[in-house]
Amino acid sequence: MRLSQIADALELEMCTTNCSLDCEVTGCYVSDILSDVMANSKEGYLWITIHIHPNIAAVSEFLALGGVIVVNGRRPQPETLEKANEHKIPIFTTKLSAYEVAGRLYGSGLRCQKEC
Amino acid sequence: MIAETVFNQGFEVEGGDFVRGGEASCRILEILKELAFPPSIVRRAGIAAYEAEMNIVMYADDGGLELTVTPDRIVIVVADRGQGIPDIELAMRDGYSTATDEIREMGFGAGMGLPNIKKNSDEMKISSTLGEGTRVEIVIKANHGEVRCEDSRPCAES
Repeated sequence: MRLSQIADALELEMCTTNCSLDCEVTGCYVSDILSDVMANSKEGYLWITIHIHPNIAAVSEFLALGGVIVVNGRRPQPETLEKANEHKIPIFTTKLSAYEVAGRLYGSGLRCQKEC
Repeated sequence: MIAETVFNQGFEVEGGDFVRGGEASCRILEILKELAFPPSIVRRAGIAAYEAEMNIVMYADDGGLELTVTPDRIVIVVADRGQGIPDIELAMRDGYSTATDEIREMGFGAGMGLPNIKKNSDEMKISSTLGEGTRVEIVIKANHGEVRCEDSRPCAES
């Protein structure tokens, strides 16, 4: 499933600029523990979180994630967007909860590349 | 300095700086990519370096990372000046953490950092002196039975 399709289907608000949505999303992980994300996410995954600080950009860069969806209407800090733009990591925000976003992604057919 | 070093660089890390925290590891990630290590190796080194760097940010006054690359291994030495670790065996236990509430609110301090470093390294050595600081040596072998040749083809380890 393409990131652009997901962004449209969930009506996500793009916070970053300079990031292409023309990439394949390989799965999804929901967690607010950064080390947990480091341990269990894979390249191309979407990460659903409530965090807004710059380390979400750093973690995404290390893992080569497909993007980050910040939930509950929270907005990434300016420093976060600066880092994300620099590394071309798409970050979205939505008023939906993590549960709702994950449910909709699963319902739309997105599965993890390997069991997660 | 390790024999046959092909690359060596140090990076300073400031304790408590959560905005710049991770930048040294990001730079290490970029360097390893530029040196054409396989993505799986780069990823493991990046995760281990990042976890160790954030430990400095969270728990120490200051410190640094030193990256040394030889033809067959990546060595990252992470040393800090700070409170030290009273019981290393306990600190290595999955889920054990002394993080403050403030650190936990940022998504850190779940007691997974040191286990994550171990999981992503081939060798990990940790030593600490209370009231002085902690030193972590991370080794990632670049070949796992194969060495990189100049023409990029795998060849048997001699």
